[in-house]
Amino acid sequence: MPVEIIEPNKRPMKRVDVDPITLDIIENALRNARTEMDVTLFRTAMSPGIREQHDAFPMIANLEGKMVVGQFGSFLHGFKAVYNGTLEEGDVIFTNDPYSCAGAVSHCNDWLVIKPIFKDGRMIAWGCHFGHMTDIGGKVPGSLPTDAKQIFEEGIALPPVKLYRKGVLQDEIMQILMNNCRMPDWNKSDLMGIVAACNVAERRVIELAERFGDDMFYSAMEDLLDRNKRAMAHLILTTIPEEKRYFEDYVCDDGMGMGPYKIACSLWREGEKVIFDFAGTDPQSIGSINFLLNAEMFKMFVGTFMIAVFDPQILFNDGFYDLMEVRMPEGTLLSPKRPAALSCRTHALGRVFDMISALLGQGAPDYMCAAGFSDSPHFMYSGYTKEGDWYQLYQISFGGVPGRPFGDGLDGHSMWPAFTNVPNEYLESYFPLRIESYKTLIDTGGAGLNRGGNGIRTGYRFLEPGEISIHDDRWLTHPWGVNGGHPGGRSTKILKRADGTEEILQSKCDRISVKEGDLLCFDTWGGGGWGDPFKRPPEKVALDVDRKLVSRESARDNYGVVLNDDLTVSEDETVALRDKLAKQRGDVKLFDFGGTVEELKARCKEETGLEPPKTPEFLNWFTKKGSTAEAAE
Amino acid sequence: MSYRLGVDVGGTFTDLLLIDEETGRTYTAKVPSTPEDSAIGVINGVEKVCKDAGVDPKSINHVMHGTTIATNTILTGSGARVGLVTTEGYRDILQIARSFIPGGLGGWVIYNKSDNLAPLECTIEVPERIGAKGDEVRPLDEDKAREEIRSLKNRGVEAITICLINSFANPAHEIRLKEIVEQELPGIPVSISSEVIPEMQEYERAITTVANSYVRPYVSKYVRSLKRELDRRLGDVKLDILRSDGGLSTAEAAEAYPVNLLMSGPAGGVTGALWIAEKAGYKDLLTFDMGGTSTDVCLVEGGAAVTRRETTVGDVTVRAASIDVRTCGAGGGSIAHVPELTKALRVGPESAGAVPGPAAYPNGGEEPTVTDANVVLGYLPAEQKLGGDMVISKSSAETAVQKTADALGLSLKQAAEGIIKIVNENMFGALRLVSIEKGYDPRDFALVAFGGAGPLHANSIGILMQSWPIIIPPGPGVLCAYGDVTTRIRDEASKTFIRTFSDSSPQELISELETLAKNATEAMQAGRGDKVVDTLFQVDVRYHGQGLSLTVDANFDDIRKNGFATIGQAFDNLHEQLFTFRSDSEKEIVNLRAVVLGPVTDVAAEQIEQGSDDASEAIVSDHSIFYEGKDHAAKLYDRAKLRAGNKIHGPAVIMEMDSTTVILPDHTGEIDPLGNILIRPSNMN
Repeated sequence: MPVEIIEPNKRPMKRVDVDPITLDIIENALRNARTEMDVTLFRTAMSPGIREQHDAFPMIANLEGKMVVGQFGSFLHGFKAVYNGTLEEGDVIFTNDPYSCAGAVSHCNDWLVIKPIFKDGRMIAWGCHFGHMTDIGGKVPGSLPTDAKQIFEEGIALPPVKLYRKGVLQDEIMQILMNNCRMPDWNKSDLMGIVAACNVAERRVIELAERFGDDMFYSAMEDLLDRNKRAMAHLILTTIPEEKRYFEDYVCDDGMGMGPYKIACSLWREGEKVIFDFAGTDPQSIGSINFLLNAEMFKMFVGTFMIAVFDPQILFNDGFYDLMEVRMPEGTLLSPKRPAALSCRTHALGRVFDMISALLGQGAPDYMCAAGFSDSPHFMYSGYTKEGDWYQLYQISFGGVPGRPFGDGLDGHSMWPAFTNVPNEYLESYFPLRIESYKTLIDTGGAGLNRGGNGIRTGYRFLEPGEISIHDDRWLTHPWGVNGGHPGGRSTKILKRADGTEEILQSKCDRISVKEGDLLCFDTWGGGGWGDPFKRPPEKVALDVDRKLVSRESARDNYGVVLNDDLTVSEDETVALRDKLAKQRGDVKLFDFGGTVEELKARCKEETGLEPPKTPEFLNWFTKKGSTAEAAE
Repeated sequence: MSYRLGVDVGGTFTDLLLIDEETGRTYTAKVPSTPEDSAIGVINGVEKVCKDAGVDPKSINHVMHGTTIATNTILTGSGARVGLVTTEGYRDILQIARSFIPGGLGGWVIYNKSDNLAPLECTIEVPERIGAKGDEVRPLDEDKAREEIRSLKNRGVEAITICLINSFANPAHEIRLKEIVEQELPGIPVSISSEVIPEMQEYERAITTVANSYVRPYVSKYVRSLKRELDRRLGDVKLDILRSDGGLSTAEAAEAYPVNLLMSGPAGGVTGALWIAEKAGYKDLLTFDMGGTSTDVCLVEGGAAVTRRETTVGDVTVRAASIDVRTCGAGGGSIAHVPELTKALRVGPESAGAVPGPAAYPNGGEEPTVTDANVVLGYLPAEQKLGGDMVISKSSAETAVQKTADALGLSLKQAAEGIIKIVNENMFGALRLVSIEKGYDPRDFALVAFGGAGPLHANSIGILMQSWPIIIPPGPGVLCAYGDVTTRIRDEASKTFIRTFSDSSPQELISELETLAKNATEAMQAGRGDKVVDTLFQVDVRYHGQGLSLTVDANFDDIRKNGFATIGQAFDNLHEQLFTFRSDSEKEIVNLRAVVLGPVTDVAAEQIEQGSDDASEAIVSDHSIFYEGKDHAAKLYDRAKLRAGNKIHGPAVIMEMDSTTVILPDHTGEIDPLGNILIRPSNMN
């Protein structure tokens, strides 16, 4: 049974004409309200993950639950269908169970708050927000166990419950939540910040309805959705061909020695509708790299990407959802069945963005971006200080933005909205470690007419014994280059022990013991290159070398640029070398993956120092109850 | 006889205000600005104002000046080539910055970052390390450092910044490196982060110090040239420059720390508005300064402008105190456009600027601008001669706005009114940001409108904000000069001092603050021996674990009596006001600060002649304006002929040399003894 809204005021909303000026005013005001939600949370939260890195997503939706302003699409479609209860003024819903909201949040660390907004006894909108908690209990600090086989190992998971009933905080629920976390102070402050942000949304929405009238406000939200649909329909018709295109990419491993896992997708257009079909994607993993991909969220990803590439003037909302259909076979990596573990879904989530770029880009290569920093690698460090205090750090790393039609990829930047790095001086003041280096890694960005951005090396020197966990990817497969651009460099983690020994760490690992004085070199990956590197102006390459972003060797081998001792370009030698290298290469490739999966596996030990992952094994119970083969047909 | 002089250099005009220090009598002048060397315009203005007043320039002994030179240096990317010295392992501190990409999901696709203010090829690393608690982890390798610094010799570096990790906790290595740089690269100005901004967060400290170096040679050259010209003409004068936080800085301090001048221009407007509104009896204000390309707004509470700890110019944000002026890209030159796909009406941020300018201006552009919409609606009458001699073309404005009307399927005047409504809404958004979104009720504030276009839009903005009265001061340009001349010498010293309340003690807090006050006082007196009259103390506080900090005032007597209680309470209240909740978490001190202030200058405001409530003598002609979908018969007034006590009933348009005031139907403007127009709804009078 779907959710039931209790409204003392039974008068239905009336659709009225909204003049274009008022419509723009309301849209602008809603966008400001969303920004204000962000600010409220970022400034009041305590965990570095939210307050410094901004791992949180606000949204305001219309009555029906469609997102009018936000980033990740509506969180409400699944919840509204699943929640079996009533909602009235002052109620605030909490949930962090992905399976109870159709993947609106995709692992239990993301805590979602939903607030129905009432005015004069009638509901007029929804305010929602979710943020990533540093810890929610479970078997490892950080609650993202790489070896979890079921969701029960990943910490507390509450289905939708009322955190507030008619405006009153339900202390018991708060206590249950806080009793199950390793850092309850952070969670409490972060959760209160999320609720405060929803309260800000409520205030602003009510002010707008008061200013323009309820019917006008309601109608404006509808009109904004319609307006977006019209704009997107035009964009879809002009940029997406009817002929079928296919792309596949990989998550390198599952943290249990198996991989890579394939994500496959076909794209085509039928009339005004676009179809994305994920048939061919690997079955769900027995580990925790599954990504419960909400179809509506995927549409939003595609829509924002299209808008960013083709027409940034369009403001995105849920209006265009009818124009896209997503076919997601059940029991696969992107549509796992409960109780599949989900905590380490970040790699598949990120990879989906590379997929979107490749799928859309095949129809318009000039607009296609290379593969970028499609992940949010986690670093976790925890333990007890000599004084007996518990410390626990969760941090997201950044890497190379890919080469793009509009310019070089940025070095060491974030591709997630609003995310920032944590100041190292802050880390050193509050955690027992020293950041000995924080710099870009030369030559990790793929060569191209527009260079891929370099990854980052963070050198963590540990000052207390403790345990670290790492979640990373793209250590086996490369971030691919496009239109002649080269692939970017891969990620590596090397632990240099105080006793002089060194070990290469797995890309995904938990509970590695570290001692005082040990140094971890955490190297992230670069972005793929865009366009023919032999066409990059030689002076730009020379400047890159002078800036230590590209080495002399790479300038010569990858860009065909010969530099004199003073780093000026040797014109004649460069022309000759480029000529020779271009002939050797032949035509430029649309994609450069740096080798097939088989080739990469064969070279794995030699190139990465790690054994290649074994071919994945899958459980078969879910395929029996609805096979992937059937769903794909 | 002794005089002081306020000088404000704007893009078009240089405004001067001369004040007799004994009688308070004022004289004003307006001369064209001379962008190639602003000092020429200033000297021209000095000649003019002294001639008009019959005053010997040599009897001026104190010049106060607000300048946009630091801001423009950053906006135009014309600053110095800066060399940056970092701790080994941190050469990419500006390249990586905070890893932030604006624009939301997918924003990275089109985002191109502007060049670093200190180029990577001019960045060197030195072996050294200070720990988080100020301990020396690795000594400074002076030989290696010297070698690296020498490598900058052939790089054409014009200024050097040194920013080392954790230098806020121990500046020893930065100080020693500065000596080495001065030996190796003599004559090149060196800025070190522990002096410019001794606060935690390496990127913010680096960008602030680099910005200081970036603008320093230009500001220094400008200040010196101005001082030389003034000395030549006026004899030996004191020259003070207005800081971003609304205080004055000696010319010497301005040269050393120009990063504190980035908002000097807007700060002049706010302090001027504050001064004139206070004289008129209003202490809680919203200031609304609308120019050709942008609008600056600010909230003033109890006679003091709200300040904040960071300043943003273009896409550079630095840690330097400034009056909390929010800028939105909406001005008279903002261009209206209707995107093909959405058919939405957008106004700005593109601007026609000074060139080509709005369509209605001589040699103006063809795109419809806010100014053109104002012309179409009759708010900006063709009779108005801008700056005294610029002629407005109504037909060109109509042709331009017709494009918008056609795209939207509206009539010409409806489209024009739409443009005005959208731009008003953008400015309303900025005003909300400093008021409603900070927990203030705008109905408790008066709105002071100035700048070339402020008085045109003020009445509409007042309706949106419900802030009454709207105050339109006489002569918006001179307002800034008033700000320059009526503010106080100011300096401050701060440090990062992280302690939870329970880990610190009232004694420790007082002793730290006293040291800061001593440092700030010494810094202020070092130059010319300026007297410190007031010292203010501030503590930045947060809930332990939070990233924000909120600034609250501290008072020694209170700390001795109540410990941290009052500070804690003030923080809780502010937190609730801003973020809707308070917490029972432990509180933590983040930064401490002492602000020292010089003497107050009392300048009387000049009064205008008294008249009756009948303003008909100032009527120029009949007129018509379009408002809320229809035409209204209105009157056109000449502001110079208005007398104190006059009441002007809307709809009306009041003209003066450099601005135009609109009074809407059902509103009344009253002239106060100082010549301000106070606009209120007619039923409120």
